[in-house]
Amino acid sequence: MNSSRIENNNSDKDKSQKIAFDNKTLSPKERLSIPPQEMPTQDHHLRIKNMKEVALGYSAEQAKVEAMRCLQCKNAPCIAGCPVGIDIPNFIKAIADGDNKTAIEIIKKSSLLPAVCGRVCPQETQCQAPCTVGKSLKDVNKAVSIGRLERFVADWERDSGILAAPTTKKETGKKVAVIGSGPASITVAADVRREGHSVTMFEAFHKTGGVMVYGIPEFRLPKKIVQEEVNTLKKMGVKIETNFVVGRTRKLADLMAKDGFNAVFIGAGAGLPRFMNIEGENLVGVFSANEYLTRANLMKAYDSSNAHTPIFSARKVAILGGGNVAMDAARMAVRLGAEEVHLIYRRTEVEMPARVEEVSHAKEEGVIFHMLENAKRILPDEKGRVRAIECLRYALGEPDESGRRRPVVIEGSEFELELDAVIVAIGNDSNPLIKQTTPGLETNKWGNIITDENCKTSLDGVYAGGDIVLGAATVILAMGQGRIAAKAINEYLRQK
Amino acid sequence: MNKIIDKTQLSAEVFKIKVEAQLIAEECLPGQFIMLQVDENGERIPLTIADSDRKNGTINLIFQTVGKTTHLLSEINKGEYILNLVGPLGKPTHVEKVGTVLCVGGGIGVAPLYPIAKAMKVIGNKLVVIIGARNKSLIILEDEMKAIADELIICTDDGSYGQKSLVTHPLKELCERREKPDLVVAIGPPIMMKFCAETTRPYKVSTIVSLNTIMIDGTGMCGGCRVNVGGKARFVCVDGPEFDGHLVDFDNMMQRLGSYKKREEEDHHKCHMDLEYKKKMSDRK
Repeated sequence: MNSSRIENNNSDKDKSQKIAFDNKTLSPKERLSIPPQEMPTQDHHLRIKNMKEVALGYSAEQAKVEAMRCLQCKNAPCIAGCPVGIDIPNFIKAIADGDNKTAIEIIKKSSLLPAVCGRVCPQETQCQAPCTVGKSLKDVNKAVSIGRLERFVADWERDSGILAAPTTKKETGKKVAVIGSGPASITVAADVRREGHSVTMFEAFHKTGGVMVYGIPEFRLPKKIVQEEVNTLKKMGVKIETNFVVGRTRKLADLMAKDGFNAVFIGAGAGLPRFMNIEGENLVGVFSANEYLTRANLMKAYDSSNAHTPIFSARKVAILGGGNVAMDAARMAVRLGAEEVHLIYRRTEVEMPARVEEVSHAKEEGVIFHMLENAKRILPDEKGRVRAIECLRYALGEPDESGRRRPVVIEGSEFELELDAVIVAIGNDSNPLIKQTTPGLETNKWGNIITDENCKTSLDGVYAGGDIVLGAATVILAMGQGRIAAKAINEYLRQK
Repeated sequence: MNKIIDKTQLSAEVFKIKVEAQLIAEECLPGQFIMLQVDENGERIPLTIADSDRKNGTINLIFQTVGKTTHLLSEINKGEYILNLVGPLGKPTHVEKVGTVLCVGGGIGVAPLYPIAKAMKVIGNKLVVIIGARNKSLIILEDEMKAIADELIICTDDGSYGQKSLVTHPLKELCERREKPDLVVAIGPPIMMKFCAETTRPYKVSTIVSLNTIMIDGTGMCGGCRVNVGGKARFVCVDGPEFDGHLVDFDNMMQRLGSYKKREEEDHHKCHMDLEYKKKMSDRK
C-alpha cells in the first residue's frame, strides 16, 4: 500500500505539474521539495453568504502528499510543541503509508477531540512552530500542516462509520459531577467514565458543548461534530443535565453532601466579557463578542425566518480586538450582511493572537484591518445609538511583560470612523457564580480558580480546569487540563 | 422540560402559570428570576419568580403578553410543557428588619414584588404597599397584598379603581409623613422605577429597584444586560437584579431595552394578527 503512486493534484499555479512519490524511498531533500498542500476552501464570494464550513478538508491524496513532507525527525520538536503531546511523526507516517486507522488511533491515545482540535488549534504557534520543514524552508507557514492532517484522519474516521464509544470498566459505584460541557469537561467526563465511575455533566445552557457551541461559529466548527462528541459521552453512559447552573440551581457543596457526588470537576469556562471601560460603551449597538456570537451561533439568530432571537442589523461594524473571537465576530458580521466590517487592533498583525488562517480568511472576506489603532470613545446619535467611534493611532515601543512590543499612543492622532455597531472582543474575566456560592474555594485576583499541578483546588475532592483556571485560553489547553484532572480524580477515587 | 400544572388569566394580557420545577423551588429566594425558552426556535427571556411552593416543587410565573415569547408562552396550556427553564438566577433580595418598608408595584411588577413584600413582613417590618396600573383590569395580586400589608394603596391612571394618580403621588405623600419609610422597594416599568427613585431622592429614602433587561444566558456570560449604576457598568444577571435606584441610569437602560424594537414591533404585530385570526376561526366554529 505504501508504494502507491500518487499525484499532486493541488497545484493551482501549474496544473500540469505531476510529481510521483514513494514514501519509502524519498530522500529528505525530495521531501522538502514537495509543495505544501493548500487547504481547499469554499470560495469567498459564496461563503460570505452562508454559514457553512469554510475550510473543506484535504482529499485523501492531498493528505498523503502532505504527510510525505514530514522528515520524521528523531528528536520530534513538534511533539514538544503540542500541549497534549500527541505522537505527531508516527501518526503522520501512518497517513503517508495510507494507514488512516492507525493514524487516528495514535492521536486518540493523547487527544480526545481531534476533529475539533484539527480545526481550531493555533498550530502555527504550537506543533507547527518548531517543525524542521518550516525551519528549513524559512517560513513557519510552510511547516508540515499537522493540524490539517489531524482533521483529515478524524473526519475520515467519522465518515467511515467506525467511530466507536470507548469501553468502560465495571461500575465502581462512585459518582463524579462535571460542571460545564466544554472541551475540558468533555475530556474529564470521558476519562473518568472509562474507569467505571458514574458521571453526570451539568450545563447551564440548554445545549451542550460550551464555547464550541455558543462561541465558535458554524463556519469554523460545524456543530454536528461537537454534538457527536457529546453523543459519544452519552453512549458511554455519561448523564447530562442541561439548564442546571451549579451555584444557583444547586450549590457545589450540596452536590457532594446531599447528592452523593464523591468528586467534582469545575470546567465552567471564562464567562464574564471584558469591556474597554471607555465612554459610550453602553450605547445601543455596543455588544460583547460573547453576546453577538451567542445570538448568532447558539440561538441561530442568522436564521431570522425561524429563530425568534433577534440580532442587531448593522451596516458598518467595528470589532475591537485581535484574537480568534474577534475574527469570529468580524466574519459573522460579514455574513449577517454588514457592508463594512472594521477590525481595530492596537498592535500589529505580528502580535495578533488569532490563528493565521482566521486572519487570512477574514481578509479574503473583506474585513478591513486597522492596525496600531485603538478606540478612545464611542460617540452617540441623539437617540443613544452608536454613531461613530473615535480612535487613536499607536506606534510600537519597547517589549512589555508579554514579550510583545508595547503599543504607545501617538498624542493628538484622534480620528473618527462612522459606524452603527461596535463589538468588543478583548477577552473574558472569570465568572464569579461558583466562587460566590462556594465558601473555601480559593481564587486569584482575577477570579480564576487556584489549582495545584494536578488541577486540584483548595477543596477536597474538587478539581478545576480550562478557562476558569487559565483565563481565556484554547480548546487544546482546556483539554490538556481535563486529562490531568481526570487522572487525579481517578487516583483520588481509587484511594477513597 | 417543565410541566405547566395550572394556568389562570388574570387580565386581558396577564397570565399566571404554576410550573413544575423541583430544584428551583427548593433553592429560590425572593428577588430571583428564571430564564426560559418556549420551544426550539424560541428566544431566552428572563422572568422574575412570583411565588414558590417548596413542598410541591412548583414556582409561579406571572407575565404580560408583550412580545413574541410571552405570546407563545400564553398559548401553552395546563398539562403541556415549557422546553427549557433554568434558575434561580440573580442575587436574592437583602431582607432585613429596618422599620417601615414601602413596596411600590406597577403593572406586572407587582408579581415579583409580592415575595419580597412577604419576606419583608415576615422578618418584622411594617409593610405599606402601593399598587398601580393603567386601569382596573390590570391590577393584580390585590387580595394577596391586602393579606400581608399593614396599609394598601391602589392607584390607576384612569381612575377606574382606587385613586386616580400615578404611584409617585402616594409615594411622595408617604415620604412627607413624619415617620417616613425606611426603605422603598419599587418594581415596575423602567419609567415608573425612574420616577419613584426621583421622588424619594430629595427625602433620602433608600430605594431598591429590580431591573429586567435584555439577557441571553442570565449567568454573566453575554453582558447584554449591563446597566450604568453609579457610573459603572454592572450586570443585572449576576450583580443584580436589584440595585440602588438612586444610582441607576434609567435613560440609558430604556434606550438599551429598545435595541431590537423594530423586530419586536414586527413580531408583536404578527402575534396580534395570529391571535385575531385564531379568534375569528374559533368564532366561526
